[in-house]
Amino acid sequence: MSEVAPPVDLHASQVRKFKIQDMFFHQVTLVFAFIVLAALAGILVSLAIEAMPALKQFGPGFLWSNVWSVPDDEFGALSAIYGTVVTSVIALVIAVPVSFGIALFLTETCPVWLRRPLGMAIELLAGVPSIIYGIWGLFVFAPLFAAHVQPSLQAFFDGAPMIGSWFAGPPIGIGILTAGIVLSLMVIPFVASVMRDVFETVPAPLKESAYGIGCTTWEVVVNVVLPYTRVGVIGGIMLGLGRALGETMAVTFVIGNANRIVGSLFAPGTSIASTLANEFGEADPGLHISSLFALGLVLFVITFIVLAISRWLIQRGVNKQGK
Amino acid sequence: MSAPQQTADGDAILEVRDLNFFYGDFRGLTNVSLNIAKSRVTAFIGPSGCGKSTLLRTFNRMYDLYPGQRAEGQINFHGNNLLDKKQDVNLVRAKIGMVFQKPTPFPMTIYENIAFGVRLYERLPKSEMDDRVEWALRKAAMWDEAKDKLQQSGLSLSGGQQQRLCIARTIAVKPEIVLLDEPTSALDPISTAKIEELINELKADYTIAIVTHNMQQAARISDFTAFMYLGELIEFGKTDTLFIKPRQKQTEDYITGRFG
Amino acid sequence: MSLYTRRIWTNRTGIALSMLAMAFGLAALMWILWTLFSNGFAALSWDFFTQDTPAPGSEGGGLRNAIVGSLMIIGVTTLVSTPIGILAGIYLAEFGTTSKFAATTRFVTDIMLSAPSIVVGLFVYALVVATLGGFSGWSGSLALSLIAIPVVVRTTENMLLLVPSSLREAAFAIGAPRWQVSLKVTLRAVKAGVVTGILLAIARVTGETAPLLFTALNNQFYSTDMSQPMGNLPVVIFQFAMSPYDNWVSLAWGGALLIALLVLGINVIARVLFRKKSSD
Repeated sequence: MSEVAPPVDLHASQVRKFKIQDMFFHQVTLVFAFIVLAALAGILVSLAIEAMPALKQFGPGFLWSNVWSVPDDEFGALSAIYGTVVTSVIALVIAVPVSFGIALFLTETCPVWLRRPLGMAIELLAGVPSIIYGIWGLFVFAPLFAAHVQPSLQAFFDGAPMIGSWFAGPPIGIGILTAGIVLSLMVIPFVASVMRDVFETVPAPLKESAYGIGCTTWEVVVNVVLPYTRVGVIGGIMLGLGRALGETMAVTFVIGNANRIVGSLFAPGTSIASTLANEFGEADPGLHISSLFALGLVLFVITFIVLAISRWLIQRGVNKQGK
Repeated sequence: MSAPQQTADGDAILEVRDLNFFYGDFRGLTNVSLNIAKSRVTAFIGPSGCGKSTLLRTFNRMYDLYPGQRAEGQINFHGNNLLDKKQDVNLVRAKIGMVFQKPTPFPMTIYENIAFGVRLYERLPKSEMDDRVEWALRKAAMWDEAKDKLQQSGLSLSGGQQQRLCIARTIAVKPEIVLLDEPTSALDPISTAKIEELINELKADYTIAIVTHNMQQAARISDFTAFMYLGELIEFGKTDTLFIKPRQKQTEDYITGRFG
Repeated sequence: MSLYTRRIWTNRTGIALSMLAMAFGLAALMWILWTLFSNGFAALSWDFFTQDTPAPGSEGGGLRNAIVGSLMIIGVTTLVSTPIGILAGIYLAEFGTTSKFAATTRFVTDIMLSAPSIVVGLFVYALVVATLGGFSGWSGSLALSLIAIPVVVRTTENMLLLVPSSLREAAFAIGAPRWQVSLKVTLRAVKAGVVTGILLAIARVTGETAPLLFTALNNQFYSTDMSQPMGNLPVVIFQFAMSPYDNWVSLAWGGALLIALLVLGINVIARVLFRKKSSD
């Protein structure tokens, strides 16, 4: 072979170049990571700044004042917080058992050939834009609900203490309960996919040994799978809660958009996100817009906490499996 | 236990002196000293976890990639200590190539797999690059199988071919030393035989250090053999001597199959 | 009833309920898709794609301005969020294994994956619309980018972490500098996964309405000027569906179908692509 090894000084200059390029590469990627962090941190800061005038004016009472009046320039977040929390709770009450059933079916009882298509259908359902749930809720679900379900609910709970008042009022279809139901349909796919994923982390030998002593499928799920995946399952539920709290479109169409608190679940209400969607575009500069920013800040902080807990729990669930 | 013999015949290209290696608090190598002879094949054998791969990975500073791993001592190469913090690792790695246990073709064409490394340190016109690729593939006994599919993905080759492509890729950079970390353990016997044949031919131009699980392989292809156990170099010497008349009881036990 | 029979019946009930849950989920999906298709297809026509949004109460018209606006806004979003997301993802995977800064970034992007999108709209309003004077297509793209970036960052990082360490070591072993190892070897090895992440991010922002409400706003006329308020499908659907005009409502259904088909189509492509490439 006649080739000559490259002269040493060429190497040296190349090495210097690589050093500089690598440093540059490190810095560039660092800058982009920093942009991401800064943009996201910036959300919190800018919301806080914009919300300042309203928070100064109303003080902490903003959180528990039930007045939202544009003409009087009086704003309080309670009705929006109430609507947000109640719709999300309704959504979870429906979504959690259904999601659990779906996850159980997909991991334990579903015939193998159906597992993949059904799992994919659930994942695709999670990708359907929320505005679709919203207009379906408004045009299809709400009229049917008003005509067939609400009257019978009223008849059934009529006179019942406490619960009776939840179902009082004219059955107009849209309102807090409808929003909660539409929201539940939207979060079911999320929660079901997370639950399925954590159920799948249960080691097969563990389940097999339970089957081996004669457990039924149900007993294996209740006594082995659920205790083993408890942390991850709760994390998945919290993730669904985070989604439900911050959802705008699925709620805005069907909640009725009334800034008040009424005991009945049939009554129209509002949520933080739907108030923002409805009023922000036409809000007057000044206290009104600042109060809307304050609402956004409240929403961001609540969902941040819920999502942070969810992430921590899911992470812990995964780590446990890793050991 | 007497100190292991640290020197072997021939000119030393790498001199390892009092090398200690740490994974965090765990000591992976203890006071290893030996010479790697130029243009010879040196084999490292020993049971799993004895530190043979760890030792090989200090020669090209591969451990640098992982925080918490560090080496102390000296590895002299042309009068420079490779472990020196100031030593540029890219240059070390261009001079001391490595082939891994599992074939690792890059996700690019066969041609590019080889040209990628060459281009790092040399600017060659297209025709010279073509020559270099052909030369490397011929050296690795791959040319006949690869010449008609240079533009296909390296991943389309069989396992044994992929491994020879990786060897071609390594020698195309024209290193002085080639490190082989169990290069045949993932291959079938026929591919293994081809690679062993290749190693035999390569030692004319390169110094080769090979880690192997397979004692017969070490006996077949190496000039010198080092036996390691629990992070220490137990015995080092000419392969024939070590296999026929081992000086240490542990070496004898290992090569006769009494443990490991 | 013996203990054994009771256990059997508990089991049967449990299984039956789980099947019921699955049936419920699928039925809801079918119902939603069916109404979407039947109402949406009725609205689709040649005019739907070639006419602009009609004035209140008038007949006919289409969604051309909104379709073009959406495509432009999403196009810009993709161009902005792809490089930022990939480079930040590379940082997290290559340099960020131990640093506190990387851990924080990872945590915050994870939160942002599920954070309320309407809040992102507020942020961009405060940052851009209020200060630079006016709603615009650019600000809409910015808001959507903030939603897409976390998706790209996390898939890129996760994909890079799946690259076998031996491949990275092999690239380092021939003396390649880190940037070439990253860009030419590891990133290329997970190309399919990263592209999937980008597609999922596009699918995610395609249906996003809330962040556009106070950024891109809407425009009832055809416009390709990104510095002006810009028509876009989600906001038009929102506005038209809430209106009292039958014609508008019908167009809203058509728009909703279009968006759903786009999003589902991108999702399916992403999955097929990922499965095909990763089984190579």
